[in-house]
Amino acid sequence: MLGEAIIKGMAVTAKNFFGSYVSKERLPTVQYPEERLVPKENARQFPFLVYDGDDWEKGLRCVSCQICEKECPPKCIYIIKSKDKKPDYKGQAQFYPARFDIDISVCMSCGICAEVCPFESIKMDTEFELSTGDRFGGLLLPKEKLAKSNEHYRKVHPTDAAASDAVLAAEIAKAEAKAKAAAEAKVKADAEKKPA
Amino acid sequence: MSAVAGANPRNFELLPKGDANGGELLEISMGPHHPSTHGVFRMDVVLDGEKVVKLKPVFGYLHRNHEKIAEGTSYLASMPYTDRLDYFCSMTNNWAYALSVEKLAGLTVPERAEYIRVIMAELTRVLNHICLIGFFVQDMGALGTPLMYAFRERERILDLFEELTGARMMCNYLRFGGVRCDVSESWLKRAGEEVVKLESFMDEFEQLVAQNEIVMARTQGIGVLPRELAINASITGPMLRASGVNYDVRKVDKYGIYDRFEFKIPLGEHGDLYDRYMIRVLEMRESVKILKQALRDIPDGPIMDSKAKLRGFRPKPGEAYGRIESPKGELGFYLISDGSPNPYRYRVRPPSFINLTILEDMCLGQRVADAVIILGSVDIVLGEVDR
Repeated sequence: MLGEAIIKGMAVTAKNFFGSYVSKERLPTVQYPEERLVPKENARQFPFLVYDGDDWEKGLRCVSCQICEKECPPKCIYIIKSKDKKPDYKGQAQFYPARFDIDISVCMSCGICAEVCPFESIKMDTEFELSTGDRFGGLLLPKEKLAKSNEHYRKVHPTDAAASDAVLAAEIAKAEAKAKAAAEAKVKADAEKKPA
Repeated sequence: MSAVAGANPRNFELLPKGDANGGELLEISMGPHHPSTHGVFRMDVVLDGEKVVKLKPVFGYLHRNHEKIAEGTSYLASMPYTDRLDYFCSMTNNWAYALSVEKLAGLTVPERAEYIRVIMAELTRVLNHICLIGFFVQDMGALGTPLMYAFRERERILDLFEELTGARMMCNYLRFGGVRCDVSESWLKRAGEEVVKLESFMDEFEQLVAQNEIVMARTQGIGVLPRELAINASITGPMLRASGVNYDVRKVDKYGIYDRFEFKIPLGEHGDLYDRYMIRVLEMRESVKILKQALRDIPDGPIMDSKAKLRGFRPKPGEAYGRIESPKGELGFYLISDGSPNPYRYRVRPPSFINLTILEDMCLGQRVADAVIILGSVDIVLGEVDR
């Protein structure tokens, strides 16, 4: 019969239309600023720099190795290495970034920087409401704005943060064991020296 | 659409008289800003009445210098750029690139990672075909409704991608020698549920569209692509199979672990628009079959080759061509390495670009309104055509 399939098609439409009053499945629209979807745990937007403790300048994990700058596909990271050194989380003297800028108008949120970083210091944030009227200065983030605490990282990516904390704890344990071994060796060497 | 006779200002020749009612031929520039061109694409059409007598596809409006950029960055840094070629199917683009780099560097992929890749590729195929069918029906004038249904389903698959990889479309998920992060048990369970839902959606959508008289009248016998021409023009993918040529890289190359799955290759008979539409519907059903098998059989184990290096990756000098069956056709990456951290030559074989070359042959003698659907059935994404 001519038009049979059209009637069938309209039945499907009607089912969806009236169904949307009954079943939540058929009502997928979310009224954004008032209602919000729960963000996915793995969601990534723009990078940030992790710091430990309260003082961001002291606790910044970045040692300015510039691997992320090299690997960044759109080349949106700009780093100047410091002349002097400061102690890192293990107490070891390391360089720190004298300047660390990310142009998030260029950044394409790929997450390569977080992946290649060997020091667990650059991670992806989930914040997305970053619109600004100042399209040049407002989107070029210096390290003051990029630095966020480890607590923030634990809040946005709990699973990844736990893994990264474990890596750092292992590193600290290793460094302590090494220092202890070195100290013991020194004591032993001293003890051996004394009789002679 | 601007309708200007003799749109080329440097060429003031009057167009010859047409056959229809003794009128003149009319040159129309369809696009680049035209909703039916699926992006910034222009068709220079010469019309005789409503009949197309000449058609010239004009592209390059979205050229982003992808290949040259890739020659200047490291191998890993090109991976997120491949997401942006065919932005509907980032996972399959990743796979094609990863495959050629793995060939170049001699990396093997662990079992579990191969299964994850198949799951991702087939989900991508389903979502690409869902979108394509939605747009295809919209090009015929069904404004909104079917496309919204299609997008509702697509969003569910994208939710799965986002949960796993962190991004809906630009997944950046595959790595050389494996995948970036492991899938969890709960994710696999959810994926299984979504696959079942997809099946019921396909039934619903088919009821809406497949037997519809208007769809049949608009598509059957229109835009025929003969078998010989399809082979000679090196068309690949659903376009080729709709013309009745049994060629699918998944079966021919058996890349990855595709030899372990049981699935059929649907073939068309007439090579017209309706066949091209139906091929996609049937392919989705075959993809669902593969997905069910892969989700059932996925083993435990590592997801990365132990030889794979994330930083300081330098493959030895040589060349490699890796190709896969992307939802649009054969997608290949050709790489030459000179031993440095970045490729010496990087070349993409984009399926939708090559499938677009026979647009004129399919459109000649058809109405201008049909030219719009014929373009829709080619399934182009301008990110991939222009690169």
